[in-house]
Amino acid sequence: MNWIKGNEMISSAMGIWNYWIVFILMMIGLFIVIGRKNFLKKIVGLAIFQTSVFLLYITFGKITGGTAPILTGSASSIYSNPLPHVLILTAIVVGVATTALGLALVVRINSTYGSIEEDDISAQDLVDYHDQNQIFEKINTKLNK
Amino acid sequence: MIDIIISHSPILIVICPLMMSLIVVLIPNNYLSWLITLVTTFITFLISILLYQEVQNHSLISYALGNWAPPLGIEYVIDHVSIIPLIIISGIGFLATVFAYKIMPSEIDKNSISKTYSLWLLAIAGLIGLVTTGDAFNLFVFLEISSLASVALVAMGAKKDRQALVAAYNYLIIGAVGATLYVIGVGLLYAITGTLNMADLTERLADIKNNRALTAGFGFMVVGIMVKAAIFPLHIWLPRAYAYAPSAVSILLAATATKASLYILARILFSIFLPSYDLINYTLTYIILPLSIVAMFAGTIMAIYEKDIKRLLAHSSVAQIGYITLAFSIGTKASIASGFIHMANHALIKGGLFMAITSMGYYLQKRITIHSLSGLGKTMPITFFCFVVCSLSLAGLPLTAGFISKLYLIKASISSEGLWLAFLILFSSALSLIYLWKMIEALWLNPSHNQAIKVKESPVIYTSLLLITFLNIYFGLDASLIVNSSYNASNLLLGISK
Repeated sequence: MNWIKGNEMISSAMGIWNYWIVFILMMIGLFIVIGRKNFLKKIVGLAIFQTSVFLLYITFGKITGGTAPILTGSASSIYSNPLPHVLILTAIVVGVATTALGLALVVRINSTYGSIEEDDISAQDLVDYHDQNQIFEKINTKLNK
Repeated sequence: MIDIIISHSPILIVICPLMMSLIVVLIPNNYLSWLITLVTTFITFLISILLYQEVQNHSLISYALGNWAPPLGIEYVIDHVSIIPLIIISGIGFLATVFAYKIMPSEIDKNSISKTYSLWLLAIAGLIGLVTTGDAFNLFVFLEISSLASVALVAMGAKKDRQALVAAYNYLIIGAVGATLYVIGVGLLYAITGTLNMADLTERLADIKNNRALTAGFGFMVVGIMVKAAIFPLHIWLPRAYAYAPSAVSILLAATATKASLYILARILFSIFLPSYDLINYTLTYIILPLSIVAMFAGTIMAIYEKDIKRLLAHSSVAQIGYITLAFSIGTKASIASGFIHMANHALIKGGLFMAITSMGYYLQKRITIHSLSGLGKTMPITFFCFVVCSLSLAGLPLTAGFISKLYLIKASISSEGLWLAFLILFSSALSLIYLWKMIEALWLNPSHNQAIKVKESPVIYTSLLLITFLNIYFGLDASLIVNSSYNASNLLLGISK
């Protein structure tokens, strides 16, 4: 009875639907962080990456049919675990701070380099480095004379 | 009164710099903000010494934050293991603050000095919190506090060189990815065990065998911390961040930041996951051991070909971190102890080297490369002396602290892995002599480029440099303090299983 097996597989895949979403988001975020050369886009990727982790924690805490953890008098009521929510509240604050600091740095980079593309900036740095080396060579040749 | 202070000291040592950083940012006077920072770091250092004595008597201090009992509430733990990085961070933090008095104004805008000191205290608070906390999620928060503060500190170097901004940006992105990976790991462990307390995690993980979520969580946590500790292939942020940061900041970060993360790595490997032996053994022998050997050579060779001195020292830090993780990866009591010995000694050595280079740069007022060092040894004899002692200590010559750590490391590696590893260690430290000699040759033997500069070394700058050099020699002659506490630490780490 192959079709029953297939059905079970689909239902278990649907049961962990949230985890699929979490890991798809996680990979999208990580890919943007690694693959993009634009500094602003990297920060967006980082935010997506961190958000996927928030979702992961919320999913751990959820119990099917569970309600909010409020005392109602009846001892039998099922409720979701509140702790992951609290942890994620902290993690969101950290994430906001990271994004804010990153954006501030991008603003400063843009005002000093006039660009936020990694290739542009490393090209400018290379020119700086070359100029510095030439200055050193000049000093050296003067001293040797 | 003193009893109350002692009983609350595990939290006081974190709260002190954390709160004072909020006060320092409001103070407009540069001198006053430095003074408050100095007093705060000194108090932190005093508390850490108090804690050291308490640990010798009681061996474990557990502090329930807000009086919530540990498995549920957040616990702060000071034991034989965490006291070592604690003293390193608070001690070097104090010395670096003394040193920063003259250096800081020369590299940073006058208006942003008090803000810099605020970030400075915040970074120290984050690192201390990282070491004291016994809660896996709380650790993440401190990890981010310290790394965000140090990113902002690195970016302060932008006045001198604009590349500091890009270095800080890369540090931020890579560090944030590392911290997030760590959080994923903690989340997976929480899903399996339902606890975040480290001691409780160890107990509950003992019942769980062959769980894939456990393996995944372990992997995420270890990789996340490896990014923060700059272990070889994940070290890419470190050289640039240390090279372009303001010099005072380089001293603080080079001597303390990676040490805290290495301590966390030891905690994860040897205390939290101790029940799953196979996993740990596999990671140690097939991942961390080869990476450390590559790090020893790659860091040293990169340093040999580097012209910029601060970047050279940063590359050599990568190699030294390799020695520490190598010691951890052997996994015997003696080798883990030698890892902790090298952790303490490397903080002294790199702190001293960065201080010496910084004070040379202070008089030259430009980026320090091999060229600009020429002949400086004769114009700055005291700084040069300290530089040579710290260099010899880095290379591991007898009568210096570096010799003690190499000695214990080689002894431990011969007794468990065989001669080949000892040979590799000796060979890479011989290679490190090449770049050290390159600098000393430029300083002493080359003709001076800077005859016009009349340098009068200021005692404000060289006191802390002399002190750290003295410690390098002192711990080379009588290392019993460091050795004993390191052996206590490794006994505690490995003793939990029995």
